[in-house]
Parts: sequence; structure tokens; C-alpha cells
Amino acid sequence: MIALIFRRFAGLIVTLLLVSAIIFAVMDLLPGDPASVILGTSASPDTLAALQKEMGLDRPLVVRYVAWLGGVLQGDLGRSYTYGVPVAGLIAERLAVTVPLALMAVVLSIALAIPLGVQAARHQNGAWDVFSGLFSHVSIAVPAFWVGLLLIILFSTTLGWLPAGGFPGWDAGAAESFKALFLPAVALALPQAGVLMRVTRSAVLEVMNEDFVRTARAKGLSEQTALWRHAVPNALIPVVTMLGLQFTFLIAGAVLVENVFNLPGLGRLAYQALSQRDVVVMQDVVLFFSGLVILMNFLVDLAYLVIDPRLRAGVR
Amino acid sequence: MGSQFLSATTALTRRAVFGLAMAAGLVLATQMPAEAAPKTGLTLGMAVEPTGLDPTIAAPVAIGQVTWQNIFEGLTTIDRNGKVQPQLAESWTISPDGLTYTFKLRQGVTFHNGEAFDSSVAKFSIDRARGADSVNPQKRYFASIDTVETPDATTLVLKLKQPAGSLLYWLGWPSSSIVAPKSAADNKTTPIGTGPFKFVSWTKGASVELARNPDYWNKAGAAKLEKATFRFIADPQAQAAALKAGDVDAFPEFGAPELIESLKTDARLATVIGNTELKVVAGMNNAKKPFDDKRVRQALMMAVDRQAVVDGAWSGFGTPIGSHYTPNDRGYVDLTGTYPYDPQKAKALLAEAGYPNGFSFTMKAPQMAYAQRSSQILQAMLAEVGVTMTIETTEFPAKWVADVFKGGNFDMTIVAHAEPMDIDIYARDPYYFAYKNPAFNELLKKVEATSDAAEQEKLYGEAQKILATDVPALYLFVMPKLGVWDKKVAGLWENEPIPSNVLSEVHWTE
Repeated sequence: MIALIFRRFAGLIVTLLLVSAIIFAVMDLLPGDPASVILGTSASPDTLAALQKEMGLDRPLVVRYVAWLGGVLQGDLGRSYTYGVPVAGLIAERLAVTVPLALMAVVLSIALAIPLGVQAARHQNGAWDVFSGLFSHVSIAVPAFWVGLLLIILFSTTLGWLPAGGFPGWDAGAAESFKALFLPAVALALPQAGVLMRVTRSAVLEVMNEDFVRTARAKGLSEQTALWRHAVPNALIPVVTMLGLQFTFLIAGAVLVENVFNLPGLGRLAYQALSQRDVVVMQDVVLFFSGLVILMNFLVDLAYLVIDPRLRAGVR
Repeated sequence: MGSQFLSATTALTRRAVFGLAMAAGLVLATQMPAEAAPKTGLTLGMAVEPTGLDPTIAAPVAIGQVTWQNIFEGLTTIDRNGKVQPQLAESWTISPDGLTYTFKLRQGVTFHNGEAFDSSVAKFSIDRARGADSVNPQKRYFASIDTVETPDATTLVLKLKQPAGSLLYWLGWPSSSIVAPKSAADNKTTPIGTGPFKFVSWTKGASVELARNPDYWNKAGAAKLEKATFRFIADPQAQAAALKAGDVDAFPEFGAPELIESLKTDARLATVIGNTELKVVAGMNNAKKPFDDKRVRQALMMAVDRQAVVDGAWSGFGTPIGSHYTPNDRGYVDLTGTYPYDPQKAKALLAEAGYPNGFSFTMKAPQMAYAQRSSQILQAMLAEVGVTMTIETTEFPAKWVADVFKGGNFDMTIVAHAEPMDIDIYARDPYYFAYKNPAFNELLKKVEATSDAAEQEKLYGEAQKILATDVPALYLFVMPKLGVWDKKVAGLWENEPIPSNVLSEVHWTE
């Protein structure tokens, strides 16, 4: 098992290196020159040249790549062109918003999807099933940013219970911060919950027809106990796979939701950096996202081993 | 960076996460009302976050809109009517030949870090802006300066190579701000100026906070607010929501005209519509067929119903213009009558120019709402006279600057020119319009050759007329300044003769 983990980890590093080269090349191909964006339309050519030199943009592509990668390997992510501060600090600041937001969204979507999905499977074609089917269809079809707008209109503008957007910062207290993150987390969680619910339902349905569940019922367990003790644990593999896959959608969704709710998260940083051609920030953030996705896949693989003892036996 | 994320997640056990979620639920249940804003603080909304806080090294107007006149001041300043006023220079004399400017500087002025302001500091600032390594976005405005002399601590003498009649105006710009030698290099992140507000903090992606400068040199002009917070909200829906929820007290440049009506129904809010300096013009590539023919350009201008563009694209807010000049600017002449909307005449003129059946071209339109909507309306109007326009969306600013502005690879484009009094762009070479008219260039030279305001205004009038007749660009409208703020807030500017949010006079009336 250790060997497997080690092999996967080595693969992870190679993938990241490849990704870094691709990101760098793509950023360079992107039309637009960061110096021109900063200096606007009135700058004279000599001013532009002075800034390009200051930013190190006059060096060849390969030199810039090696310098950047060398920095990243030593933990120096470079300095943002637009903010003028180290990118590592910027990303860390933004993680304090995006990580809690993503965690809240995941927790909310699991809390909604698993009970709904299990009950839907239990009462197949019943009222519960029809209702949760409808819920899942609607929540998948409606985009997260639009849900966000509706939530703002109801809970902020009309009822005045929650802030309309923005983030007070953790210094303002955990209560204030969670209030600011709650609506965005709901907006982000709903589409995820819809998908997760359907996967849970079909996985549980499949397992419920297995012999071991019938045996459990036959030996006298109640329907509920058989369901939760025997059916659900065996239905978890596809659910966890889906959770892992959804992680990428969570990141993509965060870019939109953070913009609608005006949250200073990593998604918004990526969006701003792209429009300002803050190339260093773009490279670092995309590399970070890629690393995160690769890491999530790795964690999902590990989770299989925890959930399914048969797999554990196999790798030994 | 991956390890940071890992440690953050593993530190949170499932139980802790569940507990946090429950805590969030509890907070919701208590439904605490939003705290009322203290009457000595103001939260002001802006659509765009500045990129750095030093207006002397980067062009985006958002930088000046946070810092100019709040943190930074200049030798001169520009007031709410667009007029030049003394600031760190108390007074000045100009030699009869217009080549020597002698400034008497104010005494007793200190920077927020305690550094004293004197002639050596003024010289440092000007030399930094015009030097070989300068990255000042308006470096061209310092090009006429030959030498900077400091005979004593309160006297600054600028000797010019040629007369520059707009010099005093340019010295009032954000890019001409006076900076201190010790702190100048760090102004991008921690700006230090002489203004009525001090920089406190910048939460990247969210807000910039300023506090009153208790040691401000001008007791009469000292800030009335104790604290000012700029909050950056890009999405217009989020802007409206923040205003209605009271999260921001003022949005001096609200982003979405179509939402103004819904804000007017809020009794707490005032909507104040003024003018900006943003001239929405559809520039043509004057070097390229068929736009190299003046008659074609004039015909296209007559095919456009400007008021209908304003109504359709910007909900009827905005003033139609006939030249590259706004009603805020001195010497403004209304030239919308030079080539008024007349599709029949437009068709006839197109036929005369050799295009009886019209022609086809591509419009490179940036993604901003005003540009997209105006393009679509222009497309319909030009179709009426037989001209087919294909709209191609071009990302602004990066791709637009590379492709259109520098590359000259376009037929027509549409942007809002933000810089005040920038009619001289038509005399610049190279410039993306590729407009060349020696008579126009001559006229602008005359403007710089005189420092007589009345004479300058007359010359600016003539320059406006040349552009209205030559139509190097389709002149559409001036972007309105859609100000929305709490009725109890007073002192904000109604018009914006220069992009800014001057806060020194802002206060709560109760």
C-alpha cells in the first residue's frame, strides 16, 4: 500500500511539471501585453520599454519559465504585477475565503443529497422519489450564479437577514464571516446536491437488490437498519467518485459564485488576474488549482481503500 | 501550496465541520439586523478595484479614484467644475514668452510619514515622472520641461523647451501627484501623500480603508469624515443589492443604468445623474478603405441616431456629442447638428463616394455592456443605409490594446475614452484612428503656445469643429455619472471633470 501511495505521488509530481509548462506556454500565447495594460493608451514606447524591463518581460520565454519554476520549487511564487505584493500571500489570503466556502458547500450538499437519495431509493416511485427527482432536476438545471441572485433578492434585499455580498474578514468574527459565506455556499451546494442525490439513489437501489441485503432482512433486521448498516456503506464508492469529480465543478462554480457575491476568494483572484493580464498570478493560481484537482483524485483513490476492505486486501 | 490546503483540511475533523455548519445555522436563526453605519464613516462602492495605489506609475483610473485628492495632492488641483486651482503651489507666475513657470510653494506641509514637503520634494516628483526610467503613464505631459530648478525651499522654477499652455492643468492630474522621496518606491502598496486622508489598509479583492489625517496642512479643507472605506463590487446586480441592503452608503459611478429605476423607488437613496469624461466613440481605421474616404465617414455619422443609441444602450442616460469633447470641458460646443441623423442623405453620400449598394465591415467591440449594446444598435442603423456590420467581440483591455490599438488591425471599434481633455489624441502619431490632418495638428500647437484661457477655449472650439466635420470616429455620447447614495450624504461631486472620488468635503447631514 505504501508503494502504491508512493507511485501515485511520483505521478502527481510529473503531472504537475507538465501542467506548469503548458500553463506557462498558454499564458505566453494569450494576446495582450501586461505592461500595456498597466500603462494604458497614452504611454509612449520608451515608457513601455522601461516597464517591460522592470517586469522582466524583455527576457526570452525559456529564461522566464525556468526562473518562475525555480522560484515555485523554492516556495517563491513571484510578485503580482497589479497588486505589487508576493503571490503566495495573495493566495493564502484568498484561501481563507475559498476553502471554508468549498467545505461548507460540500457539507451542505452531502447533508442534503445522501438522506434524500437514500429515502428516494427506499420509496422508489413513491412521493419522496418524485419530489427528490424534481428537486435534483431543477437544482442541476439552474446555474449556481442565478440561484445566488435569487437568494440575494430573498434573504438580503427583501428580508435583510444576510449580507448581500462581500466578506468582512475573519477578524470581524466567525459569526459575521459565516453569515457572509452561507448564501454563496447554498448557491454552490444546490447543483452539486442534485447530482449527488441521483448517484446516491441509483447506487442504493442497485445494492438493495443484492443477496446480502435480502439476507440481512431475512435474519430479522428492520428495513431501516438493513438499509443504513448494509446497503448504504456498499453504495458509497460511486458516491465518493462523484464527490471527487464534482470538486472540479466546485472550483469552476466558485469563480462565478464569488463574483456574484463579491467574495475575495481564489476564483475571483483568477478572474481579475486574467482580465488584468497579471500573468504571474494566473500561472500560480492555475497551477494551484491543477495541483488541487490532482490531489483530490489521489485522495479519492485513498478513500476507496478506506471504504472497501476488498481493495485493501488486493493491494497488499 | 498544496500542503497548505492539505493541512487546512485535515485539521478540520468531520465533527468540527459539522459544528461549524451548526454554528452558521445558529447565527442565521438569531437574524441580527445589519449594524447602522456610524455617522463619521463612509463606505463608498466602486466597480473596479485599483491595480496598485500609485497613480504615477499605472494608468487605470480606479487608482486615482481612490487616491487622488484623498491621499495624494499635486502642485495644482482640478476642482469640481474642471478648473485649475492652486494646491501645494500657493501661486505662480509665467514669463511673457511662456517658457518659465515660477511656483511659490506652500510651507508647513508634511507627508503622512512625517517627511516635510519643499522644493526638493517637488523636483524629485517631477524628475521621477520625466526621467529615463520613468513608467509614468502620462510621461508625455512632462516632455516640454527642460530643467527643474530650486532656488530656495519654497520656490520651484520650471524652464520649458517650448510653451505648454496646458501645463498647469496637467500638473493637477493624478499622474502628477507629489510623492515623497523616502516612500515613493512603496506607494504602490502603501501610499504616502500629503492629502486629508491617510492610507490604513488594503484588503486585496475587497476594500481599501482610509482614515482622517489629523495633521492636514489646510485646516479649512480638512476631512469631515473620520474613516472612509472603498469597497469594490464588480457585478451591477451585487452593486444594487449592496446599496439596498445599506452595505455601501454611496456608489458614485453605478454600473447599470437599467437598474436605476429600481433604485429610485428606495426612499432612502438619492440618484444624482451627472456627466463623466467618458466619450463613447466608434473609431474608424482612417487608413483603410472605405474609411479613408471622408464622405463615407460622414455618411455613416448621418446614419446614426445618437439619441436612439443613448436610449437603447444606456436607458436614456447620457448626453449625445458631435465631437471628441464633453459638456464638462471648457470651450465645449454642441456639434451634434453638424451631421445630424438623416438616412436619406447618408445613402446619397454613400452613392456619391462609390458605394450605392453599401459595403460590409467588421466592428471589434469590447465585452463591456455599453460597447456591446451600442454596437448592436449601430448595426441595425447602418443596415438601414445598406451597410453590413459584423460584430466581433474583443477582450478589453489586453487583447484590444494588442490587436486594435497597437496592431491597427480593425475596421471600426467602440470604446469610451476616459482621459479628460484628450482631444489631442487625434494629433498623435501613431494613434489607432490613423487620422492625419495637419490643420488640426497646427491648431493644437497653438493651444499649447498660449496660456490665455479665452484664446485656448476659442482654439478648442475650432478643433472640435474640425473633428465634427472630418468624422475620424463616430461621436456617440458622453457616459453619464450615475451617482446613487444615501440622501443624508452630502459633498460628493455630481459631475466628474476628472475621474475621482474627492472625499474632503463629504459628510453626513444628520
